[in-house]
Amino acid sequence: MRKGRLSSILAAIVALIAAACGGDSADTTGAEATAPPGGTLRIISHDSFAGGVTEETFTAFVEETGFSVEVVPAGDAGGAVNQAILTKDNPVADVLFGVDNTFLSRALGEDIFVPYESPALDRVDPRLIVDAEMRVTPIDYGDVCLNYDIAWFEENELEPPSTLDDLVAPEYGGLLVVEDPAASSPGLAFLLATIDRYGSDWPGYWESLVANGVAVVNDWDTAYYSNFTRYGGDDPIVVSYASSPPAEVMFAEEPLDAAPTAVVTDGCFRQIEFAGILAGTENETAAGQLIDFMLSPEFQEQIPTTWFVFPANVDVDLPEVFAENTVIPEDPIAMDPAEIEQNRETWLDQWRDIVTP
Amino acid sequence: MTSRRAVWAAAALPLLFIGYFFLYPLARILWLGISELQVADLLGERRIARVAWFTLWQAAASTGLTLLVAAPLTWAVSRFEFPGRRLAQALVIVPFVLPTVVVGTAFAALGWRDSVGAILAAHVFYNVAVVVRTVGGMWARLDRKVEEAAAMLGASPWRVFRTVTFPILRPAVIAAASIVFLFTFTSFGTVLILGGFRYSTVEVEIYRQAVTLFDLPMAAALSIGQMIAVTALLTLYARRQERTASPLVLAPETSTRRHPEGRTAVAVAVSVVASLVALAIPPSVLVARAAADGGFRRLFVDEPVLGRPIEAVPTSFSFAIVATVIAVVVGICAAYVISRRGSRLSQWFDVVLMLPLGTSAVTIGFGFLIALDWPIDLRATVALVPLAHALVAVPFVVRATVPLMRSIHPSVREAAAMLGASPARVFRYIDLPIVARAALVGAGFAFVVSLGEFGATAFIARPNTVTIPVMIFRLLGRPGLGNFAAAMALATVLGAITAAAIMVMDRFRSTDLGTF
Repeated sequence: MRKGRLSSILAAIVALIAAACGGDSADTTGAEATAPPGGTLRIISHDSFAGGVTEETFTAFVEETGFSVEVVPAGDAGGAVNQAILTKDNPVADVLFGVDNTFLSRALGEDIFVPYESPALDRVDPRLIVDAEMRVTPIDYGDVCLNYDIAWFEENELEPPSTLDDLVAPEYGGLLVVEDPAASSPGLAFLLATIDRYGSDWPGYWESLVANGVAVVNDWDTAYYSNFTRYGGDDPIVVSYASSPPAEVMFAEEPLDAAPTAVVTDGCFRQIEFAGILAGTENETAAGQLIDFMLSPEFQEQIPTTWFVFPANVDVDLPEVFAENTVIPEDPIAMDPAEIEQNRETWLDQWRDIVTP
Repeated sequence: MTSRRAVWAAAALPLLFIGYFFLYPLARILWLGISELQVADLLGERRIARVAWFTLWQAAASTGLTLLVAAPLTWAVSRFEFPGRRLAQALVIVPFVLPTVVVGTAFAALGWRDSVGAILAAHVFYNVAVVVRTVGGMWARLDRKVEEAAAMLGASPWRVFRTVTFPILRPAVIAAASIVFLFTFTSFGTVLILGGFRYSTVEVEIYRQAVTLFDLPMAAALSIGQMIAVTALLTLYARRQERTASPLVLAPETSTRRHPEGRTAVAVAVSVVASLVALAIPPSVLVARAAADGGFRRLFVDEPVLGRPIEAVPTSFSFAIVATVIAVVVGICAAYVISRRGSRLSQWFDVVLMLPLGTSAVTIGFGFLIALDWPIDLRATVALVPLAHALVAVPFVVRATVPLMRSIHPSVREAAAMLGASPARVFRYIDLPIVARAALVGAGFAFVVSLGEFGATAFIARPNTVTIPVMIFRLLGRPGLGNFAAAMALATVLGAITAAAIMVMDRFRSTDLGTF
């Protein structure tokens, strides 16, 4: 009697777990069911990439190679890199996408990639190629820039800022909101931009920012949707992206003729996103083909309107809404990934001490 | 002898579950970190001590405040029958399951941010439900005759409460306080959003060390420190609770609830209205912001990338159902073991099962990644999602069940056994009817915990299965005010579903009261 009860409970649990696994395959094999039998390629990436992938994203690749594509979301960009490193003995995916120049050095230092030189590389902006050994391939880039609320500056009859130096001037006191660099990727990019610009004087610059009433919030959502004047906050200048003004137009509730926000082109930090084949994959050839595909116009054309970053392939034109409403900075700040990885902790600690009263 | 074997048999399932899905991954990741730890790194970290102190005192303050704030409402809904009681009881749980990012946004919109006050207020807002449900569940079944007898003998209402009511409720109060303390001690999202970069708990620091800096040795050392603190605390509570739990005469809820009259009616009305109004402020901000920009309409409109946001609802439901069933089955087995006094197992079983609540999500997530590829590779399957939800939900089922199980008088069991009933039969006819009711409370909690869970699953690979909180998070990450409004609208929907689920669960509880 007792044994019967327990074993039936156990059986129920096993059935449940099996049902959960079964449900899983039913859910995720939607794409596979129609695909020719080639296998599945997994891409481990950050949540925002995963969130943008639809059934159509990889259709051309699936038809060509017979491999279906599944995206494994792994938190933010740092999270995806960490997961790839932790699982390097038995990788959960074939390709890592979304490691950027702020985390690249950490990934390269752990030997998690197989080098791959894509034939499509000749169409890539050479300034984006960072690793000479080609362990990672640049796929897209984005610029973290100061944005400002055009209407606010018009109403208050103030010139919008045009340089990083302006931000410490008294007339811009209490107007800026930035993100915590320890928790937010644009926050870190802005800190790195100031470090690159001011060198060893950067702590002094930040002390001036604090004295000038900079607001520091945890993440981009809060900065943009709570603190930024465009959304009812008190700060008309925000650390955001070069792609934010066109996004304002694309997602406007009422159609807009022009973007209500604009970009300060000085002091922009360039984030480059790379893809790499993970060592230990059983599908190395197909993984290489996937990287080729990610550099092809079919994929690159989807990049701006889906992920709000810019294509690495120079043949791909920006959609109109981007071309009209943003500027790609001529000379953005880029920092050596090794320098970032080496100093990250020190810089973050120093920064925290400066901004904490 | 057979009884002891029955206890061990019942313990097998929870042991397997907690062993494979928690202890084993945890051991793997901690070992990985600790094996590279330089003790010298730990010294010289002055900020760690600061973080630890802040973690401790804010948790203690949050717990005390929550008990105080929740007391009037708990009293009103568990002792009295009034129009809207059920609704009030369901609404109070809504804050508990709202994703932290949403609550953070709501508090920030109220202008409460970057302060200890905001953190404490948000902690109270979140945890009032724990007290109302846990303590209220016990209070509602406390036979009024006990109190009336004391009053009859001349005790003042205060004296009755102090000497009769409170001692009986104490196990439930301790249970609630331990859960609230645990939550606030390990608070992550709330502190991250409302504390800005100025205030940091150990949990936030673990995340920072593990994810931002990838300093696994430091993260492991902090995780172990946090777990030692949590274990010590839980052991203390478990001991106390065991000592103070007294078998008592329980009555059906319908017989204990009165219609309030006169001054009592005023007190009940004030308690309920004031509590609900205060709890309603942050959610109202959400609804207002959702409605202002057409968020509700957008739930049904194809977002170019994310699809129709409303489609996250059925996904969440299927995960929640599976997670609830697992959690209830595992939790009941565990509660059966824990409620047996004197069994060596029960002494630490309770503590072990509570540990997942006191372990940082990033530690568990990293552990899953390096450990759960054997015997089958679970890491990239969706099965991991309900399993992780169940891991978090089991303690709720246990907490809801154990106090009631303990309150079954041992002599009743002994009598049944004496008359020749097997342990299974004793369980079936003595324990199960009481347990079933407590299990429903636990199931309700498990269900809504799963619906709202975000933190633990954030580190688990989950291919394209977007639950409600994940969808909210993704909407917030998309540009445009419309997507922001849609996120707020979806959060409102989550709150509404939660309230509805709890109401259904409560109805369930009272309709089968007749069998009790």
